[in-house]
Amino acid sequence: MPARRIIACLDVKGGRVVKGVRFEGHADAGDPAELALRYRDEGADEIVIYDIAASAEGRTIDYAWLARVARVLDVPLCVAGGIRTLDQAVACLEHGADKVSINSPALERPEFITELANVAGSQCVVLGVDSRNESGEWSIYQYTGDASTIRRTARHTLDWIVEAQERGAGEIVLNCMDKDGTRDGYDIAQLAAARKLLSIPLIASGGAGAARHFPEVFAGADVSGALAASIFHFKQVSIGEAKLATRAGGFEVRT
Amino acid sequence: MRATVVKLGVGNTASVMFALERLGVRAELTDDPARIADAERVILPGVGAAAHAMNLMAERGMREVLTHFTRPLLGVCLGQQLLFESSEEGDAQGLGVLPGRVVRLSASKQNPAPHMGWSKLSINAPNALLEGVEDGAYVYFVHSYVCPLTDATLATAEYGQRFAAMVSRDNFHGCQFHPERSGGVGARIIANFMSLPC
Repeated sequence: MPARRIIACLDVKGGRVVKGVRFEGHADAGDPAELALRYRDEGADEIVIYDIAASAEGRTIDYAWLARVARVLDVPLCVAGGIRTLDQAVACLEHGADKVSINSPALERPEFITELANVAGSQCVVLGVDSRNESGEWSIYQYTGDASTIRRTARHTLDWIVEAQERGAGEIVLNCMDKDGTRDGYDIAQLAAARKLLSIPLIASGGAGAARHFPEVFAGADVSGALAASIFHFKQVSIGEAKLATRAGGFEVRT
Repeated sequence: MRATVVKLGVGNTASVMFALERLGVRAELTDDPARIADAERVILPGVGAAAHAMNLMAERGMREVLTHFTRPLLGVCLGQQLLFESSEEGDAQGLGVLPGRVVRLSASKQNPAPHMGWSKLSINAPNALLEGVEDGAYVYFVHSYVCPLTDATLATAEYGQRFAAMVSRDNFHGCQFHPERSGGVGARIIANFMSLPC
């Protein structure tokens, strides 16, 4: 495996970075380009920009601010939010994104994963998954950007990620909603179960609250990377501290 | 400083253009073979699949121009793979300015494919392209196919197997990783390329 990735996610709404707890209620956390650069300087291995309201509002991300971030950034940039057509995905790549992450639109039309992989290559296609434990089973949620649109689908998480891999996804970001915003650690059981089924990289999301949570998820679930948003935004843990803890846990990180 | 970036179908050419801009390079993005032929130096970025890229280059008359280009040329990612004779990906013919065949990366549980992330460069020998870059520096890779180790290999990386991370022969150079997304190390490599004598 290459160095384990520490990934900083910027949840953006109306052109500002926001952060909420369990997907409901959001607080302002700053300007996307400024924060992306701060994270880059702190050693982030990748930046994800997620327009949280785009899918629910039936639009895609704003290419102008995407380009504004991409112009100043020299580490990988992944974008997510309402990307539902090939043209939109290609426009994101042409405005400086390295990868596009699709979520609700792939649930609406799973063929989209394959179509995008055929045009842009699997390495550009990230599948974002919002998953929550429902009576002992991990289930997929859709339109999670807004409390008024969020809904449970009939899909089971582990089936869906395997299907996405077969359809040509190049990476899975598994956001464990039960943990999101709780800051008590990643959902290691769910991530480990997912990892066993995948031959493409898996990224952990949801629950980071302390530096030790990073080596814990690498040890417990063998994921390729761990994503966090709020703890970096509010400077509870720096990216440097997350990397130091990961290295101290015996894992390779980029220096 | 000027550079001409080859536009080849779908792909993230913006990040290459932005990286050049950050270094103060005047960069032009074009698929016009005449402009490529006249370029001071050329960057061939990596986009999509090998066979698709080679077909596009043939259709637009770029193949001949690139093969006969005599000033510095840098292939990035798929752009490096296209320098070789052929690729297992879609059984594509490459430009053939370097000998050998590009093959699929063997994936495993321990090494999921694509190889996506930061890996260490292992430098074979000092070279102008690697000026100021330390052995063991991390660079960002995203690929599913690998270039063979030949006497044109400048640096290698390891991912289940060792492969050519950087190549150089005459005026043809390549990076399997994305220097435009490899932080300060990548910026240094692009700057070194821009400083190669024309």
